[in-house]
Amino acid sequence: MSSLSASEAAPPDPDLGYAIRVKDVRVDYRTIVDPRANTLRHSLTHLGRRGGSGGRAVRLIHAVRGVSFDVEHGSVLGIVGANGAGKSTIMRAIAGILPPSSGEIVVNGRISTLLALGVGFNGQLSGRDNVVLGGLAAGLSRRQVAERFEQITAWAELEEFIDMPMKSYSSGMYGRLAFAVSTHLDPDVLLIDEALSTGDAHFRRKSYDKMQELVAQARTIVIVSHGIGAIREMCDDCIWMHKGELVRRGKPDEVTAEYLEFQGVPPEPAKARDEAAGDLGGLDDAMVMEDV
Amino acid sequence: MLDTQAAAPRTVSAQAPPEHHVFRSRRSGVPRLRTYLPELWARREFVYELARCTLRAQNYLNAFGQLWLVLNPLLMGAVYYVLVDILSNGKHSGNYFSVLLAGLFLYTFFSSILSQSAGSIIGSSRLILNSRLPRLVLPITQIVIAFMRFMPCMIVFLAVHTLQGLPWGLDVFYALPAFIEVTLFGAGLGFICATLQVYFRDFSNFLPYVTRIWLFLSPVLWELQVQLAKHDLKSHVIALNPLSPMIGAWGDALVYNIAPPAAWLAEGAGWAVAAFVCGVLVFVRREREFSVRL
Repeated sequence: MSSLSASEAAPPDPDLGYAIRVKDVRVDYRTIVDPRANTLRHSLTHLGRRGGSGGRAVRLIHAVRGVSFDVEHGSVLGIVGANGAGKSTIMRAIAGILPPSSGEIVVNGRISTLLALGVGFNGQLSGRDNVVLGGLAAGLSRRQVAERFEQITAWAELEEFIDMPMKSYSSGMYGRLAFAVSTHLDPDVLLIDEALSTGDAHFRRKSYDKMQELVAQARTIVIVSHGIGAIREMCDDCIWMHKGELVRRGKPDEVTAEYLEFQGVPPEPAKARDEAAGDLGGLDDAMVMEDV
Repeated sequence: MLDTQAAAPRTVSAQAPPEHHVFRSRRSGVPRLRTYLPELWARREFVYELARCTLRAQNYLNAFGQLWLVLNPLLMGAVYYVLVDILSNGKHSGNYFSVLLAGLFLYTFFSSILSQSAGSIIGSSRLILNSRLPRLVLPITQIVIAFMRFMPCMIVFLAVHTLQGLPWGLDVFYALPAFIEVTLFGAGLGFICATLQVYFRDFSNFLPYVTRIWLFLSPVLWELQVQLAKHDLKSHVIALNPLSPMIGAWGDALVYNIAPPAAWLAEGAGWAVAAFVCGVLVFVRREREFSVRL
């Protein structure tokens, strides 16, 4: 018997059927109560006190407390929640950046991230350098980056600015380039954390279209946003997190309505809501302040 | 993190086997090196590009930056030459400047590996919080940068060496294993420094004192044979210094064009491999925790 037929006979692994499986995941941060305790000087001068750990008392912060959900291939999941709900933490855990404290996360496919803090490269460097570095950091070869370079700059409409240092970019230009890089790396799973709030209406339209294009190719997208309009328009599935726990999961319209009610935002008539979603403004812009 | 069971290094074609990642709750512990090392290898172009871009951002790739890279080691050599000249009442051999430069350049390379590695994790916090790179690429990039800055020093050395009329020959190639030993030894210690800096944010304030004292205990300002021949307490301490055999061999080969004692090269190789393996293990055991600690 060949090994091929043996593997065909094996029962299918349920983990492989989903794009993302989050299984009872907890993420705890340890923060030192006294920030000065993070130094050699402090450790040496407090040696011997309280068993040598003097002042290094840590406070455990439970950012995510036992969250489980599965995401199907080709779906768009929105995550809403108040500040401090653990949305960004769970995104970093899915990206493999933060290790879970317990539980398990399974991701099938190439992960690309567009997280709150930006691409994370040097503002002194030109846009070109940052695009190349971003691609190489994601594990592409130099040739693969070169192939995508034109598409990326063209999509971001930054051809004339690509050789200028990134520090001279506006936040909109920065956001456009970051979005272009992360979506052009052929991701199977794209994680977007509050990256859509800096763009103007034209860019938002374009980024929605780009995401639709990815979804049509059975790619999976997870979006964290305070822009309820974006969640309602883009997502076919929604999660509301609060204080590290999953409160509700369901249709984006229903979950976001409940979430807004919980937040104390008066429910709006359906007509007004449709208009707001239509021009991509309204609520989205009203909540942008929270993104920062 | 990085406990990924990725089937293959990322290839972007439709036929590529799908990636499969499992992230579990192991905060420390050595990751599976069978997946970690290929991921690291896949980032080799990233390391080179980041090193080049960093140097360019510091203006080291334009004409004046290059000039500074040559001037700086010469000035540094001059500082120590004056110091030793005064302390020894002018009694040193005619080719002393060459001896001094050879050791000083190599030692500066070593100490800049340590100091730059120490800052590599803290200085890239945004990158660490936003991407799933094998963290080892960050100190490795700093080692590459240190190497790129070291190269112009060698041009200065070759010029001085020629001007002083010192011999050339095939034995100069013994400097190569000595150099590799120093690089591996420095890399191992650099990985440990990078890890320590995450836990003790003032570690890099202590580091310059350590490297300065280590400089004086290494055969840079003086020659190894001369001190070892004294058979006093100091000579025993010097003999214990891991850098002694490496820099001693480097100086013999490069300045005098003689084959260094095989024992020196063997001892240096032992230290280098041990430090490198320890450094890598310490770093990769801890690197999962970096994103929580930043």
